[in-house]
Amino acid sequence: MSDMIFDTVLAASAVLLAAAAIAAGARIVRGPSAADRVIALDMLGLLGVAAAGLAALVAGSTAFLDVALGVALVGFLATVAFAGYIARGTIPAGHSGTAAEPEP
Amino acid sequence: MSQWIGAILLLGGSVVCLFAAIGVLRLPDFFMRMHAATKAGVAGSGLVLLGVAVFDGSAATWTKAVLAVVFLLVTTPVAGHLIGRAGYVSGVALWRGTSEDALDGVLPRAGVDDEASTSISGDDANARAP
Repeated sequence: MSDMIFDTVLAASAVLLAAAAIAAGARIVRGPSAADRVIALDMLGLLGVAAAGLAALVAGSTAFLDVALGVALVGFLATVAFAGYIARGTIPAGHSGTAAEPEP
Repeated sequence: MSQWIGAILLLGGSVVCLFAAIGVLRLPDFFMRMHAATKAGVAGSGLVLLGVAVFDGSAATWTKAVLAVVFLLVTTPVAGHLIGRAGYVSGVALWRGTSEDALDGVLPRAGVDDEASTSISGDDANARAP
Protein backbone atom coordinates (compact mmCIF):
# COMPACT_ATOMS: atom_id res chain seq x y z
CA MET A 1 0.00 0.00 0.00
CA SER A 2 1.36 3.37 -0.90
CA ASP A 3 2.17 5.87 1.79
CA MET A 4 -0.54 8.19 0.57
CA ILE A 5 -3.32 5.69 1.20
CA PHE A 6 -1.72 4.87 4.56
CA ASP A 7 -1.79 8.55 5.52
CA THR A 8 -5.34 8.92 4.25
CA VAL A 9 -6.56 6.00 6.35
CA LEU A 10 -4.88 7.38 9.47
CA ALA A 11 -6.27 10.87 8.87
CA ALA A 12 -9.78 9.53 8.22
CA SER A 13 -9.69 7.47 11.43
CA ALA A 14 -8.47 10.48 13.40
CA VAL A 15 -11.28 12.65 12.02
CA LEU A 16 -13.90 10.01 12.86
CA LEU A 17 -12.52 9.68 16.41
CA ALA A 18 -12.49 13.46 16.82
CA ALA A 19 -16.14 13.68 15.74
CA ALA A 20 -16.96 10.91 18.23
CA ALA A 21 -15.14 12.82 20.98
CA ILE A 22 -17.19 15.92 20.20
CA ALA A 23 -20.42 13.90 20.49
CA ALA A 24 -19.35 12.37 23.81
CA GLY A 25 -18.26 15.78 25.08
CA ALA A 26 -21.64 17.23 24.18
CA ARG A 27 -23.28 14.56 26.33
CA ILE A 28 -20.98 15.49 29.22
CA VAL A 29 -22.12 19.11 28.89
CA ARG A 30 -25.82 18.25 28.55
CA GLY A 31 -25.99 15.69 31.35
CA PRO A 32 -28.66 15.75 32.67
CA SER A 33 -27.73 13.37 35.51
CA ALA A 34 -24.32 12.69 37.01
CA ALA A 35 -24.52 9.09 35.78
CA ASP A 36 -24.95 10.35 32.19
CA ARG A 37 -21.80 12.42 32.54
CA VAL A 38 -19.85 9.51 33.95
CA ILE A 39 -20.86 7.20 31.12
CA ALA A 40 -19.92 9.87 28.56
CA LEU A 41 -16.57 10.20 30.33
CA ASP A 42 -16.15 6.43 30.02
CA MET A 43 -16.87 6.76 26.29
CA LEU A 44 -14.23 9.51 26.05
CA GLY A 45 -11.77 7.16 27.75
CA LEU A 46 -12.47 4.45 25.17
CA LEU A 47 -11.95 7.01 22.41
CA GLY A 48 -8.67 7.94 24.10
CA VAL A 49 -7.59 4.30 23.93
CA ALA A 50 -8.33 4.21 20.21
CA ALA A 51 -6.55 7.55 19.68
CA ALA A 52 -3.49 6.29 21.55
CA GLY A 53 -3.44 3.26 19.25
CA LEU A 54 -3.53 5.55 16.23
CA ALA A 55 -0.74 7.64 17.74
CA ALA A 56 1.36 4.49 18.02
CA LEU A 57 1.04 4.03 14.26
CA VAL A 58 1.71 7.69 13.45
CA ALA A 59 4.73 7.93 15.73
CA GLY A 60 5.95 4.44 14.91
CA SER A 61 6.46 3.69 18.57
CA THR A 62 4.86 0.95 20.67
CA ALA A 63 5.12 3.18 23.75
CA PHE A 64 1.74 4.67 22.84
CA LEU A 65 0.16 1.24 23.31
CA ASP A 66 1.28 1.41 26.93
CA VAL A 67 -0.48 4.78 27.03
CA ALA A 68 -3.62 3.08 25.68
CA LEU A 69 -3.44 0.46 28.43
CA GLY A 70 -2.94 3.16 31.06
CA VAL A 71 -5.88 5.21 29.80
CA ALA A 72 -8.07 2.10 29.84
CA LEU A 73 -7.03 1.34 33.42
CA VAL A 74 -7.61 4.90 34.65
CA GLY A 75 -10.96 5.10 32.85
CA PHE A 76 -12.13 1.87 34.47
CA LEU A 77 -11.09 3.00 37.95
CA ALA A 78 -12.74 6.41 37.44
CA THR A 79 -16.02 4.83 36.36
CA VAL A 80 -16.05 2.39 39.27
CA ALA A 81 -15.25 5.14 41.77
CA PHE A 82 -17.92 7.50 40.38
CA ALA A 83 -20.45 4.64 40.40
CA GLY A 84 -19.72 4.05 44.06
CA TYR A 85 -20.14 7.72 44.93
CA ILE A 86 -23.35 8.10 42.91
CA ALA A 87 -24.92 4.93 44.36
CA ARG A 88 -24.03 6.10 47.87
CA GLY A 89 -25.44 9.57 47.23
CA THR A 90 -22.18 11.30 48.09
CA ILE A 91 -22.34 13.39 44.93
CA PRO A 92 -25.70 14.76 43.78
CA ALA A 93 -27.38 12.56 41.18
CA GLY A 94 -28.36 15.55 39.09
CA HIS A 95 -31.99 16.10 38.25
CA SER A 96 -33.69 12.86 39.13
CA GLY A 97 -37.29 11.84 39.18
CA THR A 98 -38.24 13.99 36.19
CA ALA A 99 -39.13 12.71 32.76
CA ALA A 100 -36.35 11.59 30.47
CA GLU A 101 -35.65 13.55 27.34
CA PRO A 102 -38.23 13.13 24.58
CA GLU A 103 -37.33 10.61 21.95
CA PRO A 104 -35.34 12.14 19.09
CA MET B 1 -2.26 -7.56 2.09
CA SER B 2 -2.06 -7.26 5.86
CA GLN B 3 -1.98 -3.50 5.47
CA TRP B 4 -5.33 -3.57 3.69
CA ILE B 5 -6.80 -5.69 6.50
CA GLY B 6 -5.31 -3.25 9.00
CA ALA B 7 -6.78 -0.30 7.12
CA ILE B 8 -10.22 -1.92 7.09
CA LEU B 9 -9.99 -2.67 10.82
CA LEU B 10 -8.87 0.88 11.60
CA LEU B 11 -11.61 2.54 9.56
CA GLY B 12 -14.26 0.08 10.74
CA GLY B 13 -13.26 0.57 14.37
CA SER B 14 -13.33 4.33 14.00
CA VAL B 15 -16.80 4.19 12.44
CA VAL B 16 -18.07 1.94 15.26
CA CYS B 17 -16.56 4.39 17.79
CA LEU B 18 -18.39 7.24 16.06
CA PHE B 19 -21.68 5.28 16.17
CA ALA B 20 -21.15 4.59 19.86
CA ALA B 21 -20.56 8.27 20.59
CA ILE B 22 -23.61 9.28 18.54
CA GLY B 23 -25.57 6.74 20.56
CA VAL B 24 -24.28 8.26 23.79
CA LEU B 25 -25.40 11.66 22.53
CA ARG B 26 -28.74 10.78 20.95
CA LEU B 27 -30.35 7.84 22.78
CA PRO B 28 -33.27 8.89 24.97
CA ASP B 29 -32.39 7.63 28.44
CA PHE B 30 -29.38 6.87 30.58
CA PHE B 31 -29.57 3.09 30.36
CA MET B 32 -29.60 3.07 26.56
CA ARG B 33 -26.65 5.49 26.56
CA MET B 34 -24.78 3.17 28.93
CA HIS B 35 -25.53 0.32 26.53
CA ALA B 36 -24.09 2.24 23.57
CA ALA B 37 -20.97 3.37 25.42
CA THR B 38 -20.03 -0.03 26.85
CA LYS B 39 -20.85 -2.40 23.98
CA ALA B 40 -20.20 -0.37 20.86
CA GLY B 41 -17.40 1.61 22.48
CA VAL B 42 -15.42 -1.50 23.36
CA ALA B 43 -16.04 -3.00 19.92
CA GLY B 44 -14.77 0.16 18.22
CA SER B 45 -11.70 0.63 20.39
CA GLY B 46 -10.86 -3.06 20.15
CA LEU B 47 -11.09 -3.02 16.36
CA VAL B 48 -8.83 0.04 16.19
CA LEU B 49 -6.25 -1.62 18.46
CA LEU B 50 -6.36 -4.84 16.41
CA GLY B 51 -5.96 -2.74 13.27
CA VAL B 52 -2.87 -1.12 14.75
CA ALA B 53 -1.44 -4.56 15.53
CA VAL B 54 -2.17 -5.88 12.01
CA PHE B 55 -0.64 -2.76 10.45
CA ASP B 56 2.53 -2.94 12.50
CA GLY B 57 2.84 -6.70 12.72
CA SER B 58 5.66 -6.88 15.26
CA ALA B 59 5.40 -9.22 18.24
CA ALA B 60 5.61 -6.38 20.78
CA THR B 61 2.73 -4.52 19.16
CA TRP B 62 0.59 -7.65 18.97
CA THR B 63 1.23 -8.44 22.64
CA LYS B 64 0.36 -4.97 23.87
CA ALA B 65 -2.65 -4.55 21.60
CA VAL B 66 -4.13 -7.95 22.53
CA LEU B 67 -3.46 -7.21 26.20
CA ALA B 68 -5.28 -3.88 25.92
CA VAL B 69 -8.22 -5.49 24.09
CA VAL B 70 -8.54 -8.26 26.68
CA PHE B 71 -8.33 -5.68 29.46
CA LEU B 72 -11.13 -3.65 27.86
CA LEU B 73 -13.26 -6.75 27.34
CA VAL B 74 -12.86 -7.71 31.00
CA THR B 75 -13.28 -4.34 32.68
CA THR B 76 -15.84 -2.42 30.62
CA PRO B 77 -18.80 -4.76 31.31
CA VAL B 78 -18.01 -4.48 35.02
CA ALA B 79 -17.88 -0.69 34.84
CA GLY B 80 -21.07 -0.57 32.79
CA HIS B 81 -22.89 -2.81 35.23
CA LEU B 82 -21.75 -0.74 38.21
CA ILE B 83 -22.66 2.62 36.69
CA GLY B 84 -26.00 1.25 35.49
CA ARG B 85 -26.80 0.05 38.99
CA ALA B 86 -25.67 3.37 40.45
CA GLY B 87 -27.86 5.26 37.98
CA TYR B 88 -30.89 3.14 38.81
CA VAL B 89 -30.35 3.43 42.56
CA SER B 90 -29.84 7.19 42.35
CA GLY B 91 -33.18 7.54 40.57
CA VAL B 92 -32.26 8.36 36.97
CA ALA B 93 -35.48 8.63 34.96
CA LEU B 94 -36.44 5.75 32.70
CA TRP B 95 -37.46 6.37 29.11
CA ARG B 96 -41.19 7.10 28.89
CA GLY B 97 -41.58 4.20 26.45
CA THR B 98 -40.24 1.69 28.99
CA SER B 99 -42.88 -1.03 29.39
CA GLU B 100 -41.46 -3.01 32.30
CA ASP B 101 -39.07 -2.27 35.15
CA ALA B 102 -37.69 -5.64 36.20
CA LEU B 103 -35.77 -4.08 39.11
CA ASP B 104 -38.89 -2.47 40.63
CA GLY B 105 -38.91 -3.54 44.28
CA VAL B 106 -35.57 -5.35 43.91
CA LEU B 107 -33.26 -2.36 44.29
CA PRO B 108 -33.97 0.76 46.35
CA ARG B 109 -34.53 3.83 44.20
CA ALA B 110 -34.10 7.44 45.29
CA GLY B 111 -37.07 9.67 44.54
CA VAL B 112 -39.37 6.63 44.33
CA ASP B 113 -38.83 5.00 47.74
CA ASP B 114 -38.28 8.00 49.94
CA GLU B 115 -36.96 6.00 52.86
CA ALA B 116 -34.37 4.36 50.62
CA SER B 117 -30.78 4.66 51.71
CA THR B 118 -29.79 6.86 48.78
CA SER B 119 -31.11 10.30 49.64
CA ILE B 120 -29.40 13.04 47.69
CA SER B 121 -28.34 14.86 50.82
CA GLY B 122 -26.50 11.67 51.69
CA ASP B 123 -26.73 12.00 55.47
CA ASP B 124 -27.92 8.49 56.29
CA ALA B 125 -25.83 7.10 53.43
CA ASN B 126 -22.71 8.74 54.82
CA ALA B 127 -23.50 7.39 58.26
CA ARG B 128 -23.30 3.88 56.83
CA ALA B 129 -20.04 4.52 55.04
CA PRO B 130 -16.91 3.12 56.67
